[in-house]
Amino acid sequence: MPSEPEPRNLSIAEAIREGTAEAMRENESVILYGLGVNDPGRVFGTTAGLVEEFGKERVFEVPTSENALTGIAVGAALGGLRPIVTHQRADFFYLAMDQLVNSAAKWRYMYGGQFTVPLVFRLIVGKGWGQGPTHSQTMHSWLVNVPGLKVVCPSNSSDAKRLMKASIEDDNPVVFIEDRSIHGEVSKVLADDRRTVLGKARVARDGVDVSIFAVGALVPEALKAAHALDAAGVSSEVIDLRTVKPIDLDALLVSVDKTRGFLVLDNAHSSGSFGENLVGRINSARPSRSGGFFRLLAWPDFPQPTSAGAMSTYYPDKQKIFSEVIEAFGLEGSKESEAGRIALGEAAQKDYAGPF
Amino acid sequence: MSEIRDLFRQMLRIRMVEEAIADRYKEQEMRCPVHLSIGQEGPAAAFSLVASKRDYAVSTHRAHAHYLAKGGDLKAMVAELYGKVTGCSKGIGGSMHLADKAVGFMGSSAIVGNSIPVGVGLGLSIQIRQTNALSWVFLGDAATEEGVYYESVNFSVLKKLPVLFMCENNGFSVYSDESVRRPPNQKIFEVAEFLGCKATQVDGNNPTESHRVVSEMADYVRSGGGPGLIEFHTFRLREHCGPNFDDHLDYRSPEYLARWRDSDPISLLGEQLQSASDAAWASSVREAIEVEIDDAFAAAAAARYPTSEECAEVLYAK
Repeated sequence: MPSEPEPRNLSIAEAIREGTAEAMRENESVILYGLGVNDPGRVFGTTAGLVEEFGKERVFEVPTSENALTGIAVGAALGGLRPIVTHQRADFFYLAMDQLVNSAAKWRYMYGGQFTVPLVFRLIVGKGWGQGPTHSQTMHSWLVNVPGLKVVCPSNSSDAKRLMKASIEDDNPVVFIEDRSIHGEVSKVLADDRRTVLGKARVARDGVDVSIFAVGALVPEALKAAHALDAAGVSSEVIDLRTVKPIDLDALLVSVDKTRGFLVLDNAHSSGSFGENLVGRINSARPSRSGGFFRLLAWPDFPQPTSAGAMSTYYPDKQKIFSEVIEAFGLEGSKESEAGRIALGEAAQKDYAGPF
Repeated sequence: MSEIRDLFRQMLRIRMVEEAIADRYKEQEMRCPVHLSIGQEGPAAAFSLVASKRDYAVSTHRAHAHYLAKGGDLKAMVAELYGKVTGCSKGIGGSMHLADKAVGFMGSSAIVGNSIPVGVGLGLSIQIRQTNALSWVFLGDAATEEGVYYESVNFSVLKKLPVLFMCENNGFSVYSDESVRRPPNQKIFEVAEFLGCKATQVDGNNPTESHRVVSEMADYVRSGGGPGLIEFHTFRLREHCGPNFDDHLDYRSPEYLARWRDSDPISLLGEQLQSASDAAWASSVREAIEVEIDDAFAAAAAARYPTSEECAEVLYAK
């Protein structure tokens, strides 16, 4: 029996590229298009080498026509292809809402299940560094309210690769949301061809006192905060939902049932957010859960200002997560919390650097 | 002669089916908006003679004619209007969301312009998979006012896709005539031509002329030259949505109505079928269609509604 190859260190961007390349190698009906897929930047490296390997018929640049190109993906999928459509800026995908909501999400349903619509929309979400109100948006909160879609938000390289392959192979329209802020984060990827099932959460860290639920870029923030909370004597369980649609509610409830409270993190404006909905769903599922706290950390209800100064307190981060949990346990100003703050300062800090 | 008979039979069948819908609409059993093609059957008839079974087609809110012309199952269509589980879309879609995958009728959409890029994507799949088919995209004149139309035509021209845009211009977007929607000298087919699409116009109420134009354009598109567009000038006899006539609303002038009523495509073509044998043929065709229609409506009325669970079941592919 051949020995299993050593896990490799890959960035999330490299893992997405690798997952895409493997899926294209295995199935010639997979095509990839979008603005920048063949340009010098190759969508932040995520499409590097693909046109060279698979040719311009399967990997191609397109006009700046987000709405039509979304509908074209639906038609191509109906005709037997498996399109992947990239958006370097998720914000531009708002132009495609008709074709996403009225076509992609419904083409199977509204014809009584005659068709399958296998396609992937890749949305890359900007953050900070002056990206401002129209270059920092994400829309998972909108999309969870669109029946017919699946919505995926990877937080690490192994998941990014496996979720990408699973999304491409899924027979439903999948919106694959990538946080640009963690594209460069490196973590271990096994050399196997496993898929991550869409709709299954992952326990990123075991704990007994507090449950922290997050997706995407907020998972590493939660893990940093959890490290500091250990020093403050609070044991945190961190669960990475991996998909926001469908939601693995059972996995969250298992955690909630053993801890004393839960904190939901969400990169979305608070009102009507996915996170707010998740808090409500958990509480509805556990109406008799008494005494336990529940908290939400999300964006304020105003768009991102461009000003770096004004942005410094905008996002949920390890500091806010730490403070929220400390406050929930009534530990403010305690000796334990000071020990935690020192550990928080020591937690590996690699802030996102621009441009882009 | 067979061309005239074929065109006539197609148009007559569409007309009779839709008149049956209109007649029974007041029973409140077909509880979905219906947009009838009565008066503008010409383009659909021409299409039916030229399209092959492996071709794809998509259409609009006004899709009955195109669905039937592509060979879509009549019983399944009528059941769909009744909201029954035996409908082509299991009763989930209604009149505005018809599809029959078995004959390549890949869907129709209520949102103006919505199915245009889907048809273009089907064209892309034909090109990449080299299946030697054609993607027919039906649209109305108002759809050419949507941004996605221009995006879609541009992409088709850029990629030389095997797509044939069938634009039925009946002059009105609901009650709004062309004068409030585009400048007087802007012609739909000329704009398409400017975008690089081979384009032409034809009197859509002249079925034989429409058939000639559609055949030529389909040959061109099949030869790989790129997409084509045909602007059919035609006329909707009844209201935009619903079974009635709405001439009393006066949004179309009496002169306009009189001119178009005089060029009803079925009456005009019928004038060429006046021999004794033609008359006998026409009457047997009519009888056969009547039987088919009665069967379809009886089956639809007898069928059951889908359950809520059956609707939820189809949402995701397993």
